[in-house]
Amino acid sequence: MIRRLLARVFAPLDMGLLAPMLLLIGCGLTVLFSAAGEDGGKVLDQVRNLAIAITLMWAISLVPTQYLIQVALPVYVVGVVLLIGVALFGEVSHGARRWLNIGVTRIQPSELMKIAMPLMLAWYFHRREANIRLWDFLIAAVLLAVPMLLIVKQPDLGTGLLIASSGFYVLFLAGLSWKILVSLAVLAGAGMFPAWSLMHDYQRQRILTLLDPAQDPLGAGYHTIQSTIALGSGGISGKGWMNGTQTHLDFLPERTTDFIFAVYGEEFGLIGNIILLTLYFALIVRGMMIAYGAGNLFGRLLAGSLTLTFFTYAFVNMGMVSGILPVVGVPLPLVSYGGTALVTILLGLGILMGIHSQKKLVQT
Amino acid sequence: MASTGFPDQQLHGFRLRVWFCGFVVLGLFGTLATRFYFLQVVQHDHYQTLAENNRMSIVPVVPNRGLILDRSGIVLANNFSAYTLEITPSKVASVDETIDALATLIDITPRDRRRFKKLREESHRLERLPIKNRLSEAEVARFAANRFRFPGVDINAKLFRNYPQGLTASHVVGYIGRINDKDLENLEARDKLSNYRGSDHLGKIGVEEAHEAELHGQTGFEQVEIDASGRAVRVLSRDEPVAGNNLVLSLDLKLQQITEKAFGKYRGALVAIDPNNGEILALVSQPGYDPNLFVDGIDQISWDDYNNSPDKPLTNRALRGVYPPGSTIKPFMALAGLYYGKRTPATTIFDPGYFVLSGSSHHYRCWRSGGHGSVDLKKSIVISCDTYYYGLANELGIDKINEFLGKFSFGQKTGIDVEDEISGNLPSRAWKQKRFKQVWYPGETVITGIGQGYTLVTPLQLAQATAILANQGNTVKPHLVKAIQNSRTGETTLITYPTERPFDFKPEDIALVREAMVAVTQPGGTAARAAAGAEYAFGGKTGTAQVVGMKQGERYDEKKIDERNRDHALFIAFAPADHPTIALGMVIENGGHGGSTAAPIARQVFDYYLLGKVPASQIEEASDEEEHD
Repeated sequence: MIRRLLARVFAPLDMGLLAPMLLLIGCGLTVLFSAAGEDGGKVLDQVRNLAIAITLMWAISLVPTQYLIQVALPVYVVGVVLLIGVALFGEVSHGARRWLNIGVTRIQPSELMKIAMPLMLAWYFHRREANIRLWDFLIAAVLLAVPMLLIVKQPDLGTGLLIASSGFYVLFLAGLSWKILVSLAVLAGAGMFPAWSLMHDYQRQRILTLLDPAQDPLGAGYHTIQSTIALGSGGISGKGWMNGTQTHLDFLPERTTDFIFAVYGEEFGLIGNIILLTLYFALIVRGMMIAYGAGNLFGRLLAGSLTLTFFTYAFVNMGMVSGILPVVGVPLPLVSYGGTALVTILLGLGILMGIHSQKKLVQT
Repeated sequence: MASTGFPDQQLHGFRLRVWFCGFVVLGLFGTLATRFYFLQVVQHDHYQTLAENNRMSIVPVVPNRGLILDRSGIVLANNFSAYTLEITPSKVASVDETIDALATLIDITPRDRRRFKKLREESHRLERLPIKNRLSEAEVARFAANRFRFPGVDINAKLFRNYPQGLTASHVVGYIGRINDKDLENLEARDKLSNYRGSDHLGKIGVEEAHEAELHGQTGFEQVEIDASGRAVRVLSRDEPVAGNNLVLSLDLKLQQITEKAFGKYRGALVAIDPNNGEILALVSQPGYDPNLFVDGIDQISWDDYNNSPDKPLTNRALRGVYPPGSTIKPFMALAGLYYGKRTPATTIFDPGYFVLSGSSHHYRCWRSGGHGSVDLKKSIVISCDTYYYGLANELGIDKINEFLGKFSFGQKTGIDVEDEISGNLPSRAWKQKRFKQVWYPGETVITGIGQGYTLVTPLQLAQATAILANQGNTVKPHLVKAIQNSRTGETTLITYPTERPFDFKPEDIALVREAMVAVTQPGGTAARAAAGAEYAFGGKTGTAQVVGMKQGERYDEKKIDERNRDHALFIAFAPADHPTIALGMVIENGGHGGSTAAPIARQVFDYYLLGKVPASQIEEASDEEEHD
């Protein structure tokens, strides 16, 4: 009896996801100890964050998909209302209006939107399953654009684009026609030329700095210059744990959060980086397999979007640290220090596990 | 868009797309792996040199701030290099103990401690703060020998701003101060933060603030090798900073000094403008302050002294002091009368000593109780007849007065090239409705005619209005910066402003009013005494502005009134009479009558500017300061 209950309770914890996830978390804690200057306090903090986030992941994996379908719309509406609240009464911190004070605590509604957006769009297409038309993609595009614009206005361009991409993945997986995709890409490309000629000099300068950080070594380019030095000097096998000179001589900014990958790459080298990429790849492939085999359209779209969003985080972060993408505030999933992002990521993985386990239940 | 009605076909399409995504993920991860290979294998040696053997650091190199010079090249603000002792509070265990220990090596005054305390309270950046500036050679050597005892304390060679003229022209030059949190936000908002990495200061007020963009220059940077303890070993490459540009002011420093001294103990302001090109020759606001005290953070006691003084030395009265113009408004009112056809040069009125509005019994009194008898336009200015202007204002009406005086820059910003100018007030019906929710009364128009009531002007506006008159009704924006010297090429760019003509004045009207103003300084006029013996003719108009109201029938007795409640003395003037090259407006606070206290100062200004004559009282510096009565 107890054994059956236990089996039931632990059933959703999919080993295919869990194994790479735990290994990545292990990498994260190891490198955090070094990045934080051998400060055990920060590691303990992160362990506490992990305990909370893993519990939440496990809890949400037990929630039936049917129930997720029911709450998709309300969650989305609450998210949009909170974002409007931020725009009207939000608290300004570091020049951006992102936080909303709800009496007990401050919340950052854009974080909620990271889950709410794929949930909502998957629900929408699931409802229209039998008869999805071009019209539905237009409505979905509006549902996607409203919260995105609210977040971009905060201003938080990075998060806005990431949330937009999570919605776009749903549209793509729901079958948005290639013709439209290609025309959109061509339009965007063609739009760049008039945009460039209309821009102010300083705006052009900003873009040029993104492309070539060496142009502004004291300002925007500083992070990238220091992080590429860290990676490059790591070499094939790295300088060894806690031996990263860039890190330990205070050159690397934000080295426990957005730029933690530079510390990792400096200390563990190319070999470490390839291992990390492999772990991420394993987790993403498992997520896609879950999407591939999910029992209904809602599950398929949601699982696919969550997996691709996870990939996007990892790719954008490593791309920015290694200097091939502009610097936007995106943490490295499961590795960067910080509780909020961790909860969001693990909730996503929990939903994936739930989708998978319920398909098994249906089959058995 | 085809409908995907068949679930099987839909499922098939979905799975194809998942495969597609899988390949995209693989491709992009492959890109990352390639990038890692490039950085960590191909270019490893390059980064290895940068990072491991020779650790590189990028250090901003602060540009030299531009100089501020007067029109003949005398330095008003420059820089000098000196050693400064700095503490990084986050890196020392106890700031107070550290300072006590340092005090055994270096002379640290209580003022240094107070200033450091204030700096710490104002600064939230994790940064080094100066405990002592301008160390002597001996102090530098003593600290260097004991450096190991003081982690978190450093000596740095820095450029300091210096204002060699001290109090003189302080309100013009202004000062720079340490960058505070609010400045940082402003810099960030204007996307200028990276150019201020390494800069501790920026302009806070005056020319230093208004022309910050010219003066600051472009920050350079150095790539330096540092050893494991963080000390610079070798410079790898250097991008030179571009020094800020020098500003040449239109100000004549000698004229400024003579004017400030001529004010003696009086508070007040004077602005002198070249009417032909809008260049400001002198801009005095008394008392002034010592800008040198502000550069590295003023200590609390000096700050309180300035801030709480009833003399308000930190207020620039020339731009921000507002006063009723009193009788100095009369030449402009006369011009309005001619312009709108309410008066001709020959029109005379009879002044019984008062004016009565029809339907009212209130007596608007002329300053001379017996009246001036028969008065025409010229005489009305020469003797400053109030009754003439009560009637004229009543006939013109407030709307025309408002429109006309506005053309002389009264009640509006002149657009001078420094910040914080205020506009004063030129009353109108709309203004009163908005301000007091009341209609405009005819009696208020009457007193507006003699510059009393709601009208408030700044000394700068008085000077500008006089300059417009002196320039035949043409206006040029008043300005302090005459030229900008490029720090690299040495090339000088002159700053000029276009001449505008806001109203189509008749030349003969202006000629008549100017003629009357010249008569003011001749025997029989209100400023005759101040002009006695002058080798040139000049035009002027005296004015007096009440500080406390007088009841009907009460008499003003200067001797019985508290000094701070005495009337303000005003004077406007231009010289020489025929082709003026200088026009001025001035206010002496609590100075009594314009003819007796203000006009003699104007005379000294003209004597120096036109003839190079230094007032006798200022030649013998040893002699007692003369009192101006």
